[in-house]
Amino acid sequence: MHVHRFERVWLVAALGMIVLFVGTVTYGAVVAGYGMVDAEGGQVDTTDPAASEDFREPGVYEGSEPGHYDVYVETRRFAFVPGTADPIRVPANSTVTFHVASVDVLHGFEVAGTNINTMAIPGQKAVVTAEFDEPREYGLVCNEYCGEGHHDMAGTLEVVPEPEFDASTEVQ
Amino acid sequence: MAHAHDERTGEPTERSELPTDERLAFVDEYPSAARITRLCFGVSFGALLVGALLGIVQALHRTNVFRGVIESSDYYSVLTGHGVLLALFFTIFFLSGAFTWGTTRSLGRDLPNPRFSMAWFGLQLGGAVAVATAIFGGFVGEIPFEADVLYTFYAPLQAHPLFYAGLAAWLVGTWLAGADWIRSYLRWRSDNPGERVPLQTFMVLTTMLMWYVSTVGVAVEVLVFLLPLSLGLIDAVDPLLTRTLFWYFGHPVVYFWLMPAYFAWYTILPKLAGGRLFSDPLARVVFVLFLILSTPVGFHHQYADPGIAEGFKFVAMTNTMFLLLPSFLTAFTVVASMEYGARRRGGNGYFGWMKALPWANPAFAGMALAGLMFAAGGFSGIVNAGMNINSLVHNTLWVPGHFHLTVGTASALTMMAVSYWLYPQVTGKRLQLYGLAQVQPYVWFIGMALMSNAMHRAGLAGVPRRTAEPQYDQFTFEAALGSIPEMRLQIAVGGTLLTLGAVLFAAVMLATWFADRGRGRLRVDSHLPEPVSGPEDAPRVLDNFKLWTAVAVVLVAIAYGFPVFSMVADGPFDPAAPPVPVGVVDAAIGLLPG
Repeated sequence: MHVHRFERVWLVAALGMIVLFVGTVTYGAVVAGYGMVDAEGGQVDTTDPAASEDFREPGVYEGSEPGHYDVYVETRRFAFVPGTADPIRVPANSTVTFHVASVDVLHGFEVAGTNINTMAIPGQKAVVTAEFDEPREYGLVCNEYCGEGHHDMAGTLEVVPEPEFDASTEVQ
Repeated sequence: MAHAHDERTGEPTERSELPTDERLAFVDEYPSAARITRLCFGVSFGALLVGALLGIVQALHRTNVFRGVIESSDYYSVLTGHGVLLALFFTIFFLSGAFTWGTTRSLGRDLPNPRFSMAWFGLQLGGAVAVATAIFGGFVGEIPFEADVLYTFYAPLQAHPLFYAGLAAWLVGTWLAGADWIRSYLRWRSDNPGERVPLQTFMVLTTMLMWYVSTVGVAVEVLVFLLPLSLGLIDAVDPLLTRTLFWYFGHPVVYFWLMPAYFAWYTILPKLAGGRLFSDPLARVVFVLFLILSTPVGFHHQYADPGIAEGFKFVAMTNTMFLLLPSFLTAFTVVASMEYGARRRGGNGYFGWMKALPWANPAFAGMALAGLMFAAGGFSGIVNAGMNINSLVHNTLWVPGHFHLTVGTASALTMMAVSYWLYPQVTGKRLQLYGLAQVQPYVWFIGMALMSNAMHRAGLAGVPRRTAEPQYDQFTFEAALGSIPEMRLQIAVGGTLLTLGAVLFAAVMLATWFADRGRGRLRVDSHLPEPVSGPEDAPRVLDNFKLWTAVAVVLVAIAYGFPVFSMVADGPFDPAAPPVPVGVVDAAIGLLPG
């Protein structure tokens, strides 16, 4: 088959770029350690995740190590529990693992402007871990259409200075 | 066969034996194929016009410019209508018409049976009408229909059964249309053993084989799970499994929109530029790559999903990245063909040749501008495909920003441009309102440039897609580039221009439809010049459709076999989520805590 010289150069350059793109993602996963949402959360009860073994009552929990916290969030039409009625509060300089599950339809769990962004699919538990350095307030958005009140489904995540965080009242 | 001489290019083609004022349009040679093409185009343009009018309602509502048309709770019916009418019906009816033309023209024979062709058209139309009825019923309280489940219809949200039944009927219609083209090809093959498949027919066949492989997913989703669920025959479905089946189909459908555009860029655009296609063999390679790589990539829409192991997402990501290859090759061919044509028309210089292109010809300008925007859309698509960067933009306004460049411009603007060239040939009528047609591609281009750049930037700030009111009481978005009010303004102005573009297009088509036949010569003819490097340079193995279909199926099995098995292993209906009908939402809002 006759392939023009310019076409051949272009073909090789395109393949090189593709390999480069795959390489950057591999680098992110292997070297930089960016963990994807995957199957590690396992399955939960579709309408009552808290009834499942590895899902707790929604709230903030102290993690296995100091400075680590686990946040259990239920998404429901049209609120994050916790998040919407009460903000999620975690201290600065902490590592936080979010456990997210839906009780009705598909929802999104997005901390606006960050890469904390996962789907909440009934029957599945999503697990995302993030580090928070500075005190700051973040917006929490449902970014998957969940019904006619979808645009009301939002909340806040407050990263508070460590002295202001009182584990005895904030943590379950 | 005699063809009218192309007066612009002076291409040394077969000389017309007819007097120059005599027409030889497609419709005169193949009246029954021309009728199917006309009917398909009619439905396609109707869907485009209605979908575009819904688009401006959305653009103005969610940017807060004008909210007088709908309540925010009705926004999602508008959004569903916009998505389904444009992404499924405008595009696929156009494809059905264009492929009927392409098969007939390139094989030089009419479709085998006009009644069969009418049957698949009727089935597609009936399905589309049922789906539209279910969606628009949502605006009328007294009508029990409700289908504001959006274009993706994720279970366990549940629409009226009419929505799913209509989708199924429409899908079967597309299958039968493919069967019609395949039948025409097989008859040609038995009359012409050993001959190379004509390029346009080759493109139609590879596209349809890809379509058969990929629509199996959505057919199973609708027929086994969603339709029975909406009829109350089953109590619950596994939302992850149905979502996976949707995206098994949901990415290939993207190529089903795009391949008619590629079909036009490879076969029609070079001629309009004043030259001919660069390489027939590489065009075949591109379509074969789409056939084998389009389906095993769906998991790249599910990077953010729990319940799917990272490894499968990685496989899909790698496949997706290699799917860039046919698009990169197409970019080369499109630009090279334009340059070749421009130089034949007397253009010269490194970039100066561009001035020699026929920018005042709406068919050419539309396709060229569509190709240009597709390049930008391709790059934002690479960001979506990057498994980790995707987390930043997943389900944000970045995503509609991206696909308004791909399906909303690369496909849609190309389809409109092709119509300026093809519609006169299937109606036998000269294109009317030519001046409007000449400005239309530029209106679309400017509108899309404004809207999509603002959508991309808003997405980076975290503004979500698919929402009636992007501002929230609890917090504000922080823009990295520009300001949120400026982005909103650009989206509103851009959306308005795009709707204007669709209305201009519809006006030209309607005026042409109502014009008298036989008034003057058509400006266009169906003749396509031979490529520089013809099919004789292409290895024969490229025409082996059985082999490529087998490769496609094996790749699908590798990408989907194990994850789907693990979702089904615990029972196809487990974990079992009960349906949530979209019509009973008001009660749910009352339960809002806080």
